[in-house]
Amino acid sequence: MTDMTVRIGGLTLASPVMPASGTFAEGLARVMDLDRLGALVTKTITRELRDGNPLPRVAEVPGGMLNAIGIPSKGVPCFLRDSLPFYQRWRPPLVVSISAPTAEGFAALAAEISVPGVTAIEANISCPNIEEDGKAFAMQAGSAAAVMRRLRAATSLPLWAKLTPNTGDMAAVALACEDEGADALVVANTILAMSIDLQTFKPRLGNIMGGLSGPAVKPIVLRQVYQCARAVRIPVIGCGGISTALDAAEYMLAGATAVQVGTATFLQPEAMTQVIDGLAQFCAARGIGHVAELTGALKREDTHEADLAWAAPAP
Amino acid sequence: MRDEAGPQPSMGLRGHSAFQPSAVAEKALIISHEAVNGEYRHMRLACNAVAAGAAPGQFFQLLCPAPPGEAPFLRRPMSVYGADPATGTVEFLYKVTGAGTRGLAMLGVGDQLDILGPLGQGFTLDPAWRHIVAVGRGAGLATLAPLARAARAQGIGVTAILSARRPELVVSEAQFRAQGAEVLAVTESDGTSSPAYVERQLRALTAAGRCDAFFTCGSARLLRLQQDLAREFGLPGQVALEQQMACGLGICFCCVRDFQVEGRTLHKRVCWDGPVFDLLEAVA
Repeated sequence: MTDMTVRIGGLTLASPVMPASGTFAEGLARVMDLDRLGALVTKTITRELRDGNPLPRVAEVPGGMLNAIGIPSKGVPCFLRDSLPFYQRWRPPLVVSISAPTAEGFAALAAEISVPGVTAIEANISCPNIEEDGKAFAMQAGSAAAVMRRLRAATSLPLWAKLTPNTGDMAAVALACEDEGADALVVANTILAMSIDLQTFKPRLGNIMGGLSGPAVKPIVLRQVYQCARAVRIPVIGCGGISTALDAAEYMLAGATAVQVGTATFLQPEAMTQVIDGLAQFCAARGIGHVAELTGALKREDTHEADLAWAAPAP
Repeated sequence: MRDEAGPQPSMGLRGHSAFQPSAVAEKALIISHEAVNGEYRHMRLACNAVAAGAAPGQFFQLLCPAPPGEAPFLRRPMSVYGADPATGTVEFLYKVTGAGTRGLAMLGVGDQLDILGPLGQGFTLDPAWRHIVAVGRGAGLATLAPLARAARAQGIGVTAILSARRPELVVSEAQFRAQGAEVLAVTESDGTSSPAYVERQLRALTAAGRCDAFFTCGSARLLRLQQDLAREFGLPGQVALEQQMACGLGICFCCVRDFQVEGRTLHKRVCWDGPVFDLLEAVA
């Protein structure tokens, strides 16, 4: 039997598979056994009460979907009163995703939800920073470092930084987060995108732009996981278009210690348990005793960085 | 938001062995599939016991096959047209309108369709009621159909006012008649489908003591009419609503609509808090 445990910072997870924030809520407990997951990851909560974006909030595109939900939030008291006791009925550790418009807001929220029953905090620093003209914190190493520094001072819980793929230098952002005390990186949030209805000439999302997820993003985010995992020593959790165990294995070979499954759950609510079972079989079929052996096991010829020059635009 | 209990987590030594889902994704076998008129198609599937136990007003999320040149990515919500635990079947009645339903229309008897359900909150019947009125239009008539049998099982009489553009597009009439319901079909081509005409019928039923509650689906105009009458006569009612969905499980919050609750406008999720809502809370 394959040993499916993985270590993320100080935590040992029973399995490397967990939900991606935003694609997991109480309703999934009706369809699948949450006790099988490596962790439970909440939708992003904020201190402000938020209604969310205008409709339509999702649009289909080939191989995926766009969403601009807008983080509807009922605030912290509602989370502590309703959601926290609900999730405590299951065994996997609870990871709470948080967001705020300022570094100080992040820190205050982290402190407020550092309570028994919360095992780790996933800081969704892919959201707009009002102090930086609405640019996401994780678009630049400087603003990522600033918010992680405040967060680290505000909580002793393990801190995961959820990075945005919408940046030119992810490795630098990853390093900045590590330097400021992040215990793990989640790579990555959705890719900023849009779509236009050719019947009406209107954007297909009420918010005009939104995040692309689903199988279409996998090769891009896989590359980003590879780049981040090479840059840092803390664990990287891969998240982008994973719907099968083979997708998950690919992410682990690229350097991920664990994976998050998101959009696939909307198509097959048991996608996560299928990935867990499939990963165990994938390892067993290859004589791999411990799933963690996959992490970073990519075999590559030693390539001089200059050899990648063909991938850059001609000067 | 409802205080949803969900299933008990498993506590046994074998971990997940005790888990009992209340909605299941299953590749169900199509046992009949035919056109009922120029626009609607009726599909019947053999399914698991959880699916066959679907209540009137609940829905399924269908993973529709891709028609040529199109690729529906998400599942498509489809209200239950019929479900029977005795035969282990579930039925859908649909109109071909987009990529998902074009994909459904390609399927034949013996093919499989991946169905997830039953989902959402269905209609509820108060045993104290003696007679209810179901008023629907177009595709909404399919959603109301299973009410006929549920009401009869509780000894509640039904009058169904079924609205469509033309007489051949009035669906669900046979289901209502088979359960002993009184049926009034109203159509554009007969000049009987105007809200004013329907209002006269509803006022007559109310005056005759044959309307303890309104049930409706498929028309904003008919919804508003019944809301006005429900307020005037102090009657309860329920409405089944539609909205674009992604997850169907209350997770993604893409299917929210506005509702008026105690003087405040708030968002509710059609897939999770509904699709059946209090008639007077809906914003038509």
